[in-house]
Amino acid sequence: MAESARSLTDLFGLFGNRRAAEARPAAASAPATEPEVSHPTKALQKFLGWLENRERPVLVDLGPVVGSNVNFFGEQLGCRIRVEDIASDIEAHLKAGTIDELPAFFARRFTQPPGSVDGILCWDVFDYLDKAASQTLAAALTTLLKPDGVLLGFFSTAEGRPPLYTKYVVVDPMHLKYRTYPASRPRQRALLNGDIIRMFGGLRVSDSFLMKSHIREMLFRKSST
Amino acid sequence: MWKRDESVKPATPPAPAPAAPAAPAVSMPPAASERRHQHMGENVNIGKSVIIKGELSGSEDLTIEGHVEGRIELKENILTIGPNGKIRAEVFAKSVIVLGEVTGNVTASDKVDIRDNGSVDGDITSPRVAIAEGAHFRGSVDMQRGGGKPAAKAPAPAPATAAASAAAAPAQGQKVGA
Repeated sequence: MAESARSLTDLFGLFGNRRAAEARPAAASAPATEPEVSHPTKALQKFLGWLENRERPVLVDLGPVVGSNVNFFGEQLGCRIRVEDIASDIEAHLKAGTIDELPAFFARRFTQPPGSVDGILCWDVFDYLDKAASQTLAAALTTLLKPDGVLLGFFSTAEGRPPLYTKYVVVDPMHLKYRTYPASRPRQRALLNGDIIRMFGGLRVSDSFLMKSHIREMLFRKSST
Repeated sequence: MWKRDESVKPATPPAPAPAAPAAPAVSMPPAASERRHQHMGENVNIGKSVIIKGELSGSEDLTIEGHVEGRIELKENILTIGPNGKIRAEVFAKSVIVLGEVTGNVTASDKVDIRDNGSVDGDITSPRVAIAEGAHFRGSVDMQRGGGKPAAKAPAPAPATAAASAAAAPAQGQKVGA
């Protein structure tokens, strides 16, 4: 009896071991999720600094919607934030084969009245646009800004990046996480400093930081008059 | 114990029989029995075959799996738009949880929660907003607070701290412009 009990225990033990052994390779073959790295940012803190004393500022975010960012800016600034995902516009035009119409689309893209926006988060959308579309978008954004309004843009300094968009997830005012997702076309040419300044002719450069992550962070301001 | 459970409506009852478009205005007065259900965590479910055009108001939690066009007002309660729910309406509720599609402005006195695969096309006004990764949102978010003053400020860019961090990473964030 004792022997039969032992053998039953062994049998169950064997099943248990087999299950564990089967589970192990599956776990080993599962893609290892890389821990997200926080990248320093210098311009975001300045951007927040310009806006924090304003009463219920209006923000426009040109990146894809990131829930934690919406909360972050809402908490930090008590603002009204409008998400206008430019990457999805690019994707829609690429799919429809109307990418050449993007400049005309940007000219009528924004429904807000001119001079009604305190801050614009461009992130790196300009890296994905050709020259004509970039210029039209920059002009539209300049029109949207209030006098003394501020615009934050990231511009890649590296050529030949893979076709990926980046979600910039705010960790804190000095750190961002980069989360990539597939894009239908890669970044266009890296813009030179002079090109960027000319593109935002109606604004003046307030700060510019060259980061180790091959991103030039730039803050523009609209003159107060 | 089991008998009592049987008497309670299931949390997600089967969709009612196909219905013609409902009456233009539907209101749900807080009857005593309904209050009891609410107290027990019960909520009312609008099945996926139901179409409502008009104004929908009430005083108990509501889950919508069907189509609603017009206006929804549940100022003291939770509105859940289920995965099959399609709303084209102005929405006012205490809390709104979106798993389906909403087209229209959403105002909540407590929280708006757009879950994975949930979609909102419209402006959100609420003190708390959660948008999940994978959710669709197009519009503006107004996290209204009394006086519009921020709850927590960004740490002030103290010159000493900035200098220290610049020293720690000399090439990082090198200022290159005016």
